[in-house]
Formats: sequence, C-alpha cells, structure tokens
Amino acid sequence: MVAGQHDAVSRVPPAEVGEMELPHAHSWVTRYIWSQDAKTIAVQYAITATAIGLVALVLSLLIRLQLGFPGTFSLIDPASYLQHVSMHGMIMVIYLLTAIFLGGFGNYLIPLMCGARDMAFPFLNMLSYWIYLLAVLVLVASFFVDGGSTGGGWTLYPPQVITEGTPGAGAGIVLMLVSLALFIAGFTMGGLNYIVTVLQLRTRGMTLMRLPLTIWGIFMATVMALLAFPALFVAAIMLLFDHLLGTSFFMPTMMMVSEQRGHEGGSPLLFQHLFWFFGHPEVYIVALPAFGIVSDLISCHSRRPIFGYRMMVWALVAIGGLSFIVWAHHMYVSGMHPNFGFFFATTTLIIAVPTAIKVYNWILTLWRGNIRLTVPMLFALGFLLTFLNGGLSGLFLGNVTVDVPLSDTYFVVGHFHMVMAVAPILVVFGAIYHWYPKVTGRMLNDTLGHIHFWVTLIGTYAIYYPMHFIGLAGVPRRYFAYGETAFVDDSVMTLNAAITIAAIIVAVAQLLFIFNLVWSYFRGEKAGPNPWGATTLEWQTPETPPGHGNWGRELPVVYRWPYDYAVPGAKHDFVPQNVPADAVEFEHGSQQARPA
Amino acid sequence: MAIAIVLILLALGSVVFYFLSPWHLPPLASNWGAIDTTILISFIVTGVVFVAVVGFTAYAIIRYRYDDRRRASYDPENKKLEFWLTFVTTIGIAALLAPGLITWASFVTVPGDAHRVAVVGSQWHWQFRYPGEDGRLGRVHPKFVGRGNPLGIDPSDPHGQDDRIVDRPEMYLPVDRPVEMLLTSRDVIHNFMVPSFRAKVDALPGQMSRFWFTPTRTGTFQSTCAEHCGVGHFAMRAQVEVVPQEEFDAWLGEQPTFAHMQALESGDPAAGRGRYAVCASCHGQNGEGNADMNAPSLTGLSPWYLVRQLENFKSGARGGNPEDTFGAQMTAFAGTLDEKAMRDIAAYLQTLPEQAAETTVSGDAARGQRLYRTCAFCHGSNGGGQWSANAPQLAGMNDWYLIRQLEHFREGIRGRHPQDMYGNQMVDMSQFLVDEEAIRDVVSYINIFEVRAAEQSGDRVATLQE
Amino acid sequence: MTITLIAIVLMLAVFLGWIVSHTINVRPWSPEAGDQAGRDRLPAPFTVPRAGLIVFLAAITSLFALTISAYSGRMQMANDWQSVSLPDILWFNSAMLVGASIAFHAAWRAIASGRLAGARLGLAAGGAASIVFLFGQWLAWRALAGAGVIPGGDPAAAFFYFLTGLHGVHVIGGLVAWARAMTRLVRRSDLAEVRVSVELCTIYWHYLLAIWAILFALLLAT
Repeated sequence: MVAGQHDAVSRVPPAEVGEMELPHAHSWVTRYIWSQDAKTIAVQYAITATAIGLVALVLSLLIRLQLGFPGTFSLIDPASYLQHVSMHGMIMVIYLLTAIFLGGFGNYLIPLMCGARDMAFPFLNMLSYWIYLLAVLVLVASFFVDGGSTGGGWTLYPPQVITEGTPGAGAGIVLMLVSLALFIAGFTMGGLNYIVTVLQLRTRGMTLMRLPLTIWGIFMATVMALLAFPALFVAAIMLLFDHLLGTSFFMPTMMMVSEQRGHEGGSPLLFQHLFWFFGHPEVYIVALPAFGIVSDLISCHSRRPIFGYRMMVWALVAIGGLSFIVWAHHMYVSGMHPNFGFFFATTTLIIAVPTAIKVYNWILTLWRGNIRLTVPMLFALGFLLTFLNGGLSGLFLGNVTVDVPLSDTYFVVGHFHMVMAVAPILVVFGAIYHWYPKVTGRMLNDTLGHIHFWVTLIGTYAIYYPMHFIGLAGVPRRYFAYGETAFVDDSVMTLNAAITIAAIIVAVAQLLFIFNLVWSYFRGEKAGPNPWGATTLEWQTPETPPGHGNWGRELPVVYRWPYDYAVPGAKHDFVPQNVPADAVEFEHGSQQARPA
Repeated sequence: MAIAIVLILLALGSVVFYFLSPWHLPPLASNWGAIDTTILISFIVTGVVFVAVVGFTAYAIIRYRYDDRRRASYDPENKKLEFWLTFVTTIGIAALLAPGLITWASFVTVPGDAHRVAVVGSQWHWQFRYPGEDGRLGRVHPKFVGRGNPLGIDPSDPHGQDDRIVDRPEMYLPVDRPVEMLLTSRDVIHNFMVPSFRAKVDALPGQMSRFWFTPTRTGTFQSTCAEHCGVGHFAMRAQVEVVPQEEFDAWLGEQPTFAHMQALESGDPAAGRGRYAVCASCHGQNGEGNADMNAPSLTGLSPWYLVRQLENFKSGARGGNPEDTFGAQMTAFAGTLDEKAMRDIAAYLQTLPEQAAETTVSGDAARGQRLYRTCAFCHGSNGGGQWSANAPQLAGMNDWYLIRQLEHFREGIRGRHPQDMYGNQMVDMSQFLVDEEAIRDVVSYINIFEVRAAEQSGDRVATLQE
Repeated sequence: MTITLIAIVLMLAVFLGWIVSHTINVRPWSPEAGDQAGRDRLPAPFTVPRAGLIVFLAAITSLFALTISAYSGRMQMANDWQSVSLPDILWFNSAMLVGASIAFHAAWRAIASGRLAGARLGLAAGGAASIVFLFGQWLAWRALAGAGVIPGGDPAAAFFYFLTGLHGVHVIGGLVAWARAMTRLVRRSDLAEVRVSVELCTIYWHYLLAIWAILFALLLAT
C-alpha cells in the first residue's frame, strides 16, 4: 500500500465534532481557582494529591522508624503506629494514586490526546475536584479529632475498625468513611467526563484504534472505577449504619471487655466481599493508566511503534473484565468457604496471561528500537523491573495454597508495594518528566532527574525486595514490634534497620524532586512545543502550554495512529498524528512503501 | 548504559539474595510439604522468567542504544510471535496452578480420623477447648461468656459438660495425628499462625472457620496472630507443644472439664484470713503494703490476678530471674500454698477496704496521659483493669511498685519466662515506654486515678457476688 | 455477589462487545484505518448529555446491584432474619412514582412537539408526585418506627431503611435536576437546552421507577 495514493483521506475538513461552547474565565479566580478548564483541574488534582501523598510519606517514615529502631522514639506508640499504617495505606491507594492517575493525568491528557477542546461536562469536572478536595480535608480532619484517625488498617475490616481496642474507633472512622463516600461521589462526576469525552468528543479521524494507549488505560480504568467504587460506597455507608445506628449488617454478636455488644448476627465476611469487590479492581484502576502511560513512554523514547498495539488494547480490556471475578483471592484465609479457592485461584492466574502479554510487548518494543535513555525512559524501564518483580510474586499469592503460609506476612507487604506502590509511582514520575514541558513550557532539570531516578529505583528495590524473604520466614505484618516473637531473630532486626535507612534516603530524594518541580517552573530550560519528538496530539497544540480550548481556531484532524515512529523512508523519525499522508516528507523525495 | 548494567545486577542480585539470605521458610513441622514444593516450583519458574525478561531488556537497551544515524524498525506486530508467547505463558501458568490446586484439594478435605480442637481468639490472647469423653464439642454462644465460663459454653448442652478447657494461651497436640482446628473469635478477627505448620486461617466472631494439618515433629512452637486485631495484635501469641500421644493424653487429663469449672467453689474468706497472717508481716494487716519491705498493696486486685501471680511465683514463672530479688522472696512463700489456699487468700483480700496508696513519685502527668492511651486499651481508661484482657487494676497501686514492675518488664526481668503467658505481653507492650522518664510520667498519671473509679468497671463487684 | 456479577457482566458484555466489534478488524497503522463515516462513535441517539446520563446510570446500577447482593448475602449468612410487614402506604407511594414517571414522559413528548404549556404542566406534575412519593416514604418510616421496627433491630428492618433511603437519596438528587429544568422552562430560556434537561429527567425517572419496582418486589418477597 503506498501512502501517497490515499487522496480520499489525505485532506479532511475539520469540525466533524461540533465546536463546544466553553465556559470562559473572566477573572484570576475563575481561571485558576474555580476553573472549568480540564488542564487547570488536572494541575489542581495533581498538587492536592501530591500534598496529601507527602503526608502519607511522612507517615511511612514514622512506621519505618519504629520498625527499624524499636523502643527509641517515644512519639510512636502501638496505637499511633496502627493509625499511621492505616492512613498511609488509604492515602496512598485512594487519595494519591487513584486521584493523580485519573484526576491528574486523565484530566490533562484526555481532551488533548483525543483532540477535544475540553471535557464533555466542564462544570461537573470542576465540581469533581472540589469534592475531592473536601474529601481530602475531611480525611485530614480525622487526624485531629478525639481519639485520632482510624487504626483499623486501610481495609477497614469490621468488627475491628469500629470497636474499642482499635484506635480511632470513634470519630476517626466516621470521618474516614464520610471522606471515602465524598471521594467516590466526586470521582463519579469526573469519571462521567472521562468516559463521555473519550467516546463522543474525539476529533475527526481519531478512531478508537488510533487512540494512544495512555487514553485506553485511563479509559478502561475509569470504566472499572465507576462499576467498582459503588462497592466501597455501599460498604462504607453500611459500616456507618452499624457504627452510628446500631444496625448489624457486618457486626456479629461479640463479647468486648466482659460485656456483650448490642450487635447480633452480622457478617464480617460480607464486608470483606464488598471491600475486595472494589479492592481488586482498584489495583487495576491504578495499574491500567500506568500500563497505558508506560506504553507511550517506551514507544516514544525508543523511537519505535509500540509492538502489538491491538494485543495491548485487548489485554487492557481483558484485564479490566477479568479483574471483577478475582476479588476473593484476597480472602483465601479469611474463613470463607474453602471451595471458592479453586475458582479464584484459577481466575487470578488466568489474568496473568494478558498481563504477561503486555510485558512482552513492552520489551519487544525496545527490541530493534533506537533507545534514548531520557529521564522518562529510565523511569519506564524502572517500572518494567519492579512491575515484573511484583507481578511474579503475585503468582505466589494468587495460587491459593501458596498464599496460605504467606498471607499476612511481609511477603504480602513486599509484593503489593512492589507492584502497587513502586511500579505505578515510577510511572507517575516518568509521566511528570515527560509531560512537564507541555504543562509548563519548561524542561525539568536533567541532573536532578537522574539523581531522583537512581536513588528511587535502587532505594525502593532495596526496601521491598528483602521484605519478601522475611515474610517467607513467617514475620507477620502490622506489628508494632517483634520483641518476644520467637521466630523473628536479630538478623530481621538488622534488616529492618537497614530498610529504614534506605527509606529515609528515598524520601529525601523525593524532596529533591519536589524542588526540581518548583525550581524548573521558574528557571528550567525552555522547552519547544514537542521536545521529545512525539506523535500524539497533545504535542501538536498551537501554543505551549496549550491555551484555553486547546486548539486555537480549528480542531486538529487525525490521519494516522499514534505510533508512527521510524516510518520507513520518512525524513523524520516520527510523523505526528495530524499530518496527512501527502504532507509527510520523505528522504530523497522518494515515497517508500509501508508495511501493510 | 548504566541502566542496563544496573538491571542485570539487580536481577542477578535478586537470585543471589535468594540463596544467600538467612531468611527462608522455617523448618517444616507438618504434613504440608506439598505447599513447600509448590513454593519451590513458583520460585524456579518465576526466577527463570525474571532473569530472562530483565536480561533481554538489558541486552536490548545496550544493543539498540540511541544512534541518530540509525532508525528503529517499523514492524507493528508479529502474530506468530505473539501467539507463541501467549501459548508458552499459558503453559507456565498452568504449571504453577496445577500443583496449587491439587494441594488445595487435600487442604480442604479433612481426614476422617482427625481429632478436633476449638481455638478461640479474643483481644489479645488465645484459649482452647478439647472434646471430652464423648468426642464432641458443646455448643457455644457469646452470651454465656463469664468468669466461670470463659469460652461461653452452653450450660444446657450435655456435650459441653465434659469439654476440657484451657484458659491460657498454650495448647498441646499429639504428634503424627491429624488435627482439625476449629477457630472462632469472641470479638474481632484474629488468625492463628504457626509458620512451621504452614496452614492457617482467620478466626471470626459469629462463625467457625477450620483448617487441618498433621504435626510431624515434637517440640515447642509459637503461634502469632496474623490478622490485625488492634493495639495488642503484635503481642498476641500462644505456645503449641507437639508431644507423643501418651504425653498428650496425660496433659489433657489434667485440664479441667467444663463441669468441673462450674462446680469450682469460690474462695473462702474465713479460711483465707488465717492463711493471710503470714503475708501480713510484709503486706500489712489490711493489705496496705509496706514500701520499706518492698511489699506492694494487695487491696483492689482481683482474685483471678492474685491467684495467677501466686501460681507464677510458685512455679518460678515469676521471681525466677536472679535480678528480681524481691520476686524471689515471694517464690518461697507461694511454694507453701496449694490452689485452694491461693483462692482463699484472694477471697479474703476482697473483703479488705480498698485504699489508695501514697504518692511518692512525680512526673509529667500530662505526658503520662498521652502515654497511658496505650495502657488504657487493656487496663481501662481509669485504671480499673479488665478481666477479659487479663489486665489487673492499676488504680490505687503503689507507684514505686508500678515503676519497678514496668522497669522489670521492659528489661525482661519479669515476664520473659515462657510460662508467664500474660507477663510476656507486658514485655512487648512496655517497650514503647522508651526511658525511665516515660515510666515515671505514665505512673504519675496513674496516680491520679481514684480508687472508687476502679469499682465502676464492675470487675470487683462481680467478683464479690460469685 | 452473584446478582452483582450478573449485572456487571451484562453491562460489561454490551460495552466491551461494542469496543471489540469496533477494533477487531482494524489495522491501526494502515492509513485506511481512518473512519470517515463516524462509525466509531456511539449511535446517533446517544447525544453527549444522554451518554453522560447512561454512564451514570450504569454506575448506579452497580450500586443497587451490590446493595441487593449484600441484602441476599446477609439474609443467608445468619438465621436472625425476620421479615418486615410493609406498611400499606408503600403501594400508594409506588403509584405516585409511576404517576411521576408518566408525567415526565408526557412533558418530554410535549416539549418535543413544541407545546411549552403542556411541558410545564407535565414537569410540574412529575415533580409534585415525586415530592409526595418522598413524603410517603417518610410516613412509611414513621409508621414502621412507631411499630418498633427500627434500624438497630433485626437486619431485615435495617435493610428496609437502607434500601428505601438509598433510593430516596437518588430521588432527591433527581429533584435538584428537576428544579433546574423547571426554572429553565419557566424562564423560557433556550428551547434546545430545556429539551435536554427534560429528557434527561425523564430517562432518570423511568430508571428510578424501575429500581423501585425491583426493590419493592424484593422487600415484598422477603
């Protein structure tokens, strides 16, 4: 097939998608505070998520100080230790990762990459952010109420979480649940936007199969989130009922402190089913955008089309669908009927197949590429390593019998931090290094970026990899101290101290990153409109950073898929999506055949 | 380039770490060798995949590093390659899943000849129950739980009468005989984990969960709680003694039956009065204690606590440490008492008027209040103590005595003996009091508690009615 | 969880099926992958606002499916279930909700054919019937509470309050949108905009009616 022959598609008039009327900013306040522009909302989401994420980072350091040097710091007692553990987990999973991938990158990239002027419902989008902010504030408030924030673990298992014997069982858990309900309400408003924008506001020529994988990832994650978050919502409301109205949805008959509680007959397992019905898709709600983004980073910086684009799309779709029938693999030792183990172990291991395909395609994209080791690319490669590691240890935990000895030990802690914390956060960093020039018009400092990458990668690997092995040895998690536990010997304590030191170093490197973000905003090297030579639409905007309405007078028209890197014979090693076939410059004036 | 080298080093380092690290599965002590085999298979398969994929990545990075005279290849997909990769992956996954599912099938099938033990978790300790002569366990319900019936056995169920009750975190199992563990919880969710047995499951309130295994090695094993259950989670342990069948039978025979526990007479204060005469020389006529003799006040302490401590002194579980000089004195006295005498003395002490001890230390009570937050989970927010948490009353105790005990706990002088099951927990808990100042502060806060407040816990009232 | 799974599998099957059917035979790197006919968009009746509403309804479907799953799960998990004898006023309330749904539909038809007065009447009637419905639900709560059936009692009672409350909250949410549509209609602002508001309200009320029918049947049956 010769590219130049397609005159029918070579030039297409714009504006098949109707121009949308945008709410225009009239003042500084409506431009930067009550903004309905997805780009501003994205930055608001990102800044808020980062801020609350830093709180969770500090909490993790407090946890590490206690574990590394028990009996040294009087500001951490058993109750506050549990509170730190719980809040650290909840903040990182929901308020940082979910918010930054969907609210942050979703808002910034969906309209730009789809060639839309803005989201479908800008007002709802704005509301979504402000409700998210309110959720964060309610969450923060729970630190300061009587009894402090909840210490029941981020999984909020009843009866534990609302009975005395657990710190924060009073006001703390109420605020936590209210905050979650708010987050879900806010997220739903945002999620409607992401889905409808991708479905209906794509610009002319932007077919489904011409969407960058970033958009596919965010899109599938949003679909899953809209279906899965209601489970957490129902569970949270029912738990609130149990706590405040004395119902017995989840609360069984129990004896606390020599007296019987008012509850009767409730089922704690019911909560676990609801929680994990949300909780497992939640893993992929964080992972799928990361998969998508990393695909684009690897393709762009390897200067080579992503390998097996179609398989990548269907793998995302398959993972999204399958992730709704694997939830009980978090509950193998929960006391549910053991025969469920057969079903859930099988589905869980099946989901490894599409995930493995994604990994193969990433590394096959590197193969015969022309790899630029830029900072975003380094982070993408770091993701490959840590995700592979965490994914493989998932094969242990998903395989029901292997999970029995390993569950609730440090093996689990190592596994989910590797796969759910380190891997996605490396993608977040890579994505920020990649798109920062578009958002601000300036490059992030390269030297600081390199230091940040090396310390983060090696540091986090040193933190989490050894954890698997002490888990294997039986060291249980969520322990304030291991003093009298017979099988926890001194070597574990030495390791814990070493891990703590590594954690402090990694945390300091994150401050360097924050400094880089601020410093480069004012002093960074000026970036052109397309510093990486990328093909996707967001790099083709008339202004950098993109202005209100993104595209100036006319919407772009898309003529090709987003991975036209190294097109044979083309003069440049990339052809942007909005370049018509007859406008591609070829070397020596010759037009060469493209593989069919 | 550096990244390729680091990737290779990390991958190889990970493999080397597996072989060189001191942390492996603890030696197997049950029949679940199949689990270990599955883990080993998983390590081999995933290890090979890990090294292969990372190695390939590193090689690709080196071989295809950027060169602006070169172009990447443009081949968007390769159906054949993708098919084979998918196929091989599926085979690999099946190879992992198959042994897992086969082992699971035997895991969920309890052998017919398994004997049963009921394991009951509560904040923050374990209790056990063995079926009696009839081989059946009686019905239980939380509403029956009380001092004389710690596991809540239904008194009207004849099958429950001969159940053997172990009201302390210690269990015996006969070696080489399959056992089905029936787990429940009185309050929140716990999990009975002995790493060497491999098998475990959560203990839930309101329902029974189960797992089985066959202990294959005699010896003492420690169980920890593996499901977050609150502040004392990290200090919730039990001992499992795996012994030959005869030894097990002998031990079980010594454990009280439910019927026996019910019939147990409460202590006789009148008899206790006579017995107390010896104690009075140090602890005072009215049990008020004597700082000069290093003898603490005894009023206000519940009978279950007094009896337990006397038994500990007698067996050497307390006071056996050479550094615990005053405790050592008690071992001599306690040695002369039998169980009935202990209960009589405890009953007599309940009749003495409760009085607050003199304040002798001063510290930062405000800081103490913050520190006491942890203590309050067991000892009650006003120091009244809680029977269900095995926590004695603190209000009204001599502050110098509390300080000495906290120091002893922190340094392991008290509570480290394996038979001092609850003292053990205090060794762990006291670690958060990082220095002497913290101990003084918390004790000076405890000094504020009123003795009256202690009675509100209902602990003593109930005791006197027994 | 079976009920939830069925609901979610059905929704995902439609959605993912649509995606796969539009991607299966495409070779995205080839230039003819371009879609000039706009086939890749949802069919014409799915305007942007309608698509938004439908996605929202999908999320709510998941919410109610999960609630019903929890209901049946809790019913089986312990033997303390005592059926609530439902107050008769629920039948009246159901009739009100049916009436509201019909009125909204009439308003939609009226505005589609440009009859503004008819639309105003229909919309007002629909809103009023919904408010009566909510008031009736509140009376049902009072009647039950008066008879000693309180949330803290047995699980069936707790679920009665929970299910009706959850549904009621969605009606209240709908009334906010209804108030906006009503204001627009009274102020005679842009007809196209009003029409969108009215049709969204109508779809939403039909949906609420369907959910209520399922919940009411469930409460009656157990």
